[in-house]
Amino acid sequence: MQSTTTKSAFWAGVRDGAPFMAVAGPFAMLFGVLATEAGLSIFEVMSFSIVVIAGAAQFTALQLMQDNAPTVIVLISALAVNLRVAMYSAALTPYLGAAPLWQRIFAAYLLVDQSYALSHAKFDADPDLTVPQRMAYFFGTCLLVMIVWFGCSYAGAALGTALPADLPLDFALPIAFLSMVAPMMRTLPHLIAAAVAIVVSLLAVSIPYSLGLIVAGALGMMAGAQAELWLKGRRA
Amino acid sequence: MIDTATLWLVIIGLGAGSFLLRFTFLGFVGDRPLPDWLLRHLRYTAVAILPALVAPLVVFSGENGSTDPTRIAAAIVTLAVGIWTKNVFAAIGAGALTLIVLVYGIG
Repeated sequence: MQSTTTKSAFWAGVRDGAPFMAVAGPFAMLFGVLATEAGLSIFEVMSFSIVVIAGAAQFTALQLMQDNAPTVIVLISALAVNLRVAMYSAALTPYLGAAPLWQRIFAAYLLVDQSYALSHAKFDADPDLTVPQRMAYFFGTCLLVMIVWFGCSYAGAALGTALPADLPLDFALPIAFLSMVAPMMRTLPHLIAAAVAIVVSLLAVSIPYSLGLIVAGALGMMAGAQAELWLKGRRA
Repeated sequence: MIDTATLWLVIIGLGAGSFLLRFTFLGFVGDRPLPDWLLRHLRYTAVAILPALVAPLVVFSGENGSTDPTRIAAAIVTLAVGIWTKNVFAAIGAGALTLIVLVYGIG
């Protein structure tokens, strides 16, 4: 890394981001298919993907709208699923906080799992990068992933109208959610958080307005945080 | 069917809310450190809310909220393969295959 220019930092980001096309593409496509099946037009699907850019939160909102949950619950739940981007924002601020406001606005819009993970690792490993080089790298990581995200949302929406009606698509969403959750079970507190959330959500299904989901999510979160404290206390 | 007005309210609300979540620290807070208790809870949001969302969908997946063994089986396979391989797409593939085989092969 002798003579990094802003331009070469951008292209390094593009290169490092390329493999993530394989992750973003299928999810965007699945969202397009399922949203179309739920009755959304292609224009609505595209607006959703362009305005929100958050797979798990979009799936959550779609499922709850199909369940006729109140709009407030749809928003709270989907935003809760997306809370991790606030952590990403906090984690990148020491590196990008000095950039001009308009760049930080665009960076915030494009802050997703991939751009965060790649950029944080790069900034940490390469402390000599200037702020413009860091921004260039960050935007580089977004380029291909975003093209694929929007393109595959469109492809999925177009495909959704053409699929046979008897496919068991009602269960595609639960399977997608489970596949996203499974790799998150890295530690005992994660498992405890999930277990508490599951038990409470099943006990609380009869609570109206899908409020059971909020209660179960909040209790699961608190259980995970408490479990982490206890484990740390025992080790210390 | 999803009501059009609701849909646009959700799209715009979720877009604005997600942007605020992403912008808060980068834009407003600067690099002041966050309190530990807040970070500790944030770490477990996704891992709590996603299972809470999915558990009733799996358990009450049959007609009129009954329990459907084929969907339970597909869910267990998805979760097991996901935990075992840590690979999202291996998990989706295995779960979808299980469901399709059980629905078309047996049902």
